[in-house]
Amino acid sequence: MKARVTVMLKAGVLDVQGEAVRHALGSLGFAGVNGVRQGKVIELDLAETDAAKARAAVTAMCDKLLANVVIESYQIEFV
Amino acid sequence: MKAAVITFPGSNCDRDLAVAFAHAGFDVLRVWHKDTALPAGVDVVGVPGGFSFGDYLRCGAIAAQSPIASAVRQHAGKGGYVLGICNGFQVITEMGLLPGALMRNAGLKFICKSVDLIVASAASPFTSAYGQGQRIALPIAHHDGNYTIDAEGLARLQAEDRIALRYAANPNGSMGDIAGVLSENRRVLGMMPHPERAVDVAIGSTDGAGVFASILGEMALA
Repeated sequence: MKARVTVMLKAGVLDVQGEAVRHALGSLGFAGVNGVRQGKVIELDLAETDAAKARAAVTAMCDKLLANVVIESYQIEFV
Repeated sequence: MKAAVITFPGSNCDRDLAVAFAHAGFDVLRVWHKDTALPAGVDVVGVPGGFSFGDYLRCGAIAAQSPIASAVRQHAGKGGYVLGICNGFQVITEMGLLPGALMRNAGLKFICKSVDLIVASAASPFTSAYGQGQRIALPIAHHDGNYTIDAEGLARLQAEDRIALRYAANPNGSMGDIAGVLSENRRVLGMMPHPERAVDVAIGSTDGAGVFASILGEMALA
């Protein structure tokens, strides 16, 4: 079973890297980009075959290591 | 007085930190990240600067889950002293010993220079050798020193006088100009500037020596 975890800065946390990307897009002539948020995608190849158990395990992984829940939120999807 | 200095793969200020502790009069023990216990009788744990685990995932995140981490948490939980500097500040924050998080510098650049700091609270075991409001200069060398915390957390840090050091001129976007922050019991300090790089006139400054002298003085009283 494969899981894909998307980690993003929480709404309200200033994303200085996203802002730099937004400025760069503007200077390349891409008008109308009102905002850019940059995050990360983590793909996990799991031995677990039970969907509920896999979700519980990946949630624990996110809370413990993959995301810093002080500033980041995460989404888990199975692919 | 015993100080333990932890080394992770990618630590690069561990030796400097050990020398600074020794220079102040501590017996220094070096601890490897795979060790599962601190040496007996350790009074203060130093978590050094560097790029532990290559800063992969997030600065300090992987080091915060290393085998020695639970021993450091236990040490802090029993009221032991912990000093985290630069990457060490990121590590102990990821461990949950301090609130908030350290994000990418607002200007996105790695900053390596000496900066002026204000001792915002001399009422701590790490800053008692300085005067309240004293201005000191210490080197910084980091890419992710932008201290971030929610409004409620920031208000609490201020109300509880837990901001030990502030930047005189904010170099990295840190909320409240915070350069160093204390735990609730004041026995854990995380700071981005490097006091261990300023403890000897031969290398240009002794402004950092007060941090180590403060800890030693605190323990002599205890």
